Amino acid sequence: MNAKQIDQQTLLKDEKDPLTHTPVHLLSLDGVGKHYGNIIALRDVTMAVDNGRVTCVLGDNGAGKSTLIKIIAGLHQHDEGVLHVMGDERKFNSPRDALDAGIATVYQDLAVVPLMPIWRNFFLGSELTTGFGPFKSMDVQKMKDITLKELAAMGIDLRDVEQPIGQLSGGERQCVAIARAVYFGAKVLILDEPTAALGVKQSGVVLRYILQARDRGLGVIFITHNPHHAFPVGDRFLLLKRGKSIGYYDKKDITLDELTAQMAGGAELAELAHELEQLGGHTQALREVQAEVAGVSEVTDVTDVAGAADDSKESSPRHA
Amino acid sequence: MASTTTLPPAPASAPGPRGDERMGRRSPFQKLLGRPEVGALVGAVVLFIFFSLVSSTFLQPNAFATVLYGSSTIGIMAVGVSLLMIGGEFDLSAGVAVISSALTASMFSWYFSMNVWVGVALALVVSLGIGFVNGYILVKTKLPSFIVTLATFLMLTGLNLALTRAIGGSVSSPSIATMDGFASARAVFASDLNVGGVDIKIPIVYWVILVLIASWILLRTKVGNWIFAAGGDANAARAVGVPVTKTKIGLFMAVGFCGWFLGMHNLFAFDAVQSGEGVGNEFLYIIAAVIGGCLLTGGYGSAVGGAIGAFIFGMANKGIVYAQWNPDWFKFFLGLMLLLATIVNLIVKRRAELK
Repeated sequence: MNAKQIDQQTLLKDEKDPLTHTPVHLLSLDGVGKHYGNIIALRDVTMAVDNGRVTCVLGDNGAGKSTLIKIIAGLHQHDEGVLHVMGDERKFNSPRDALDAGIATVYQDLAVVPLMPIWRNFFLGSELTTGFGPFKSMDVQKMKDITLKELAAMGIDLRDVEQPIGQLSGGERQCVAIARAVYFGAKVLILDEPTAALGVKQSGVVLRYILQARDRGLGVIFITHNPHHAFPVGDRFLLLKRGKSIGYYDKKDITLDELTAQMAGGAELAELAHELEQLGGHTQALREVQAEVAGVSEVTDVTDVAGAADDSKESSPRHA
Repeated sequence: MASTTTLPPAPASAPGPRGDERMGRRSPFQKLLGRPEVGALVGAVVLFIFFSLVSSTFLQPNAFATVLYGSSTIGIMAVGVSLLMIGGEFDLSAGVAVISSALTASMFSWYFSMNVWVGVALALVVSLGIGFVNGYILVKTKLPSFIVTLATFLMLTGLNLALTRAIGGSVSSPSIATMDGFASARAVFASDLNVGGVDIKIPIVYWVILVLIASWILLRTKVGNWIFAAGGDANAARAVGVPVTKTKIGLFMAVGFCGWFLGMHNLFAFDAVQSGEGVGNEFLYIIAAVIGGCLLTGGYGSAVGGAIGAFIFGMANKGIVYAQWNPDWFKFFLGLMLLLATIVNLIVKRRAELK
């Protein structure tokens, strides 16, 4: 294993938050954990988000990605560890709390109401109003204009912001949700599997929006299970597996192949090869899996992969 | 990677060959077809022409004022029920809650021999309270509104009968016609306006005002935005910071307010209330809202639609009488109307969305 883990301490030494000029992260988690009753959904997750950086959270289904974002977004509260926003320890009681702290989340289902027009969705929960007292009404024209302008800035040119948002394509809806978060002054943008349901081309479009959000100075948390999407845009990579961190890397310390290998679960493949061998018969399948294992082994090393297969070794120092 | 320079915006064509060549412009007519109340409007026009042709008296001003009055007694409630339905819930207790409100006002004033306005004020508190309890139980237990309001419907039905008999000794509330404040309360809630020789009952005026206020709230205030969102997708709404629970409780209380208003009208139009009344009326309000284009599942509809639905109800109800048919046919017509209106709504909406 030649991938080097990030040392939080050295990162803190070299970097200053561009807004406060103090050496704190925009958002940081230290040893955060969460359990539902006796089920441990997440434990000991340490990560950081900074302005103009993309932190990728990678993991397979059930790895704890959703739990992690729900904690950061204020839908759930963590039981262990600490969460800092701009150096202050925080625990969010509601999504509104997190939003007020500058943390906006674009959910997988995008948190848009399909039957409502685009502009109503764009300003939902943060409507602009004019007038006062009981005669306060929405500034409809201004809201429509801003929606049109903000979406154009993100690269979608809409003719009619009155159409129901359900009529837009998946990528466009994603873009509306991102533009909304950016417009409302999000400092941290959480993107929950934005490319999961999209085709190749649409995914590329969404990845460009991520870079645009980053270049506007936002700290982006990009949740995905696809290392090919994560690697080109990410600056840091947190790998989750079965509710715990199995690695946290800086981009300079890891290659796409290594990332893929970690994600692909070389250990599971080796195990599968072993099982197929014992069953006998499936020669063709066995050969394919072995080739796959060999491919993975080129970037990690075999003993390491075998070691990871052993549950007792999951808490080895490398994974801590 | 931490460059702070802004990328040039992605080219407009980035999301692939989308947009104008795949989506033709919608004409104003097609936009009108996309409105929720259009199906009901078509139905109302057809029905209006139909009754105008079959009945010679239907178009006479006094007869038409009666049609409007019949519509308004449903329409006032349909305003609240439409908003509630757009907000994704519905209220089966609305019919009996009207009677509960009227009984509260009359029994309280009569028993304590107080000015009836005290009873009217107390009835408002009770009506808003019923709405609050409905909404609070709903958002706390997350039970469907069908169950919660069915329970309050049954409880209120029982309370109306039992308390009226326990306090007044009869199934009807005692007459309050001679009590202080009755005349002024009747002037406010149940008077007639004479406009050019035609008697216009005052609920018609309040109905129009309520529809205007509700439309304004729905289309032009942020609360309206929240109502659409709470009914369209409550989870999404909550995630972007919409106070969904407050919105829903508020909607139930709005239904309570409308119920109080109609209850006061019922009370002061006469001087007593039958404690067993109101059962079944909740469906008329829901029917008006549905005919008016409110989606049963929430997130779509309009206050004007509910008003048109109530107007259709009023026309069918009185029109049959003016056409000198047997009123036994009324319920059949109402059912047919409901079916046709919802089918028209469905077709119109699908076609509008495809375009």
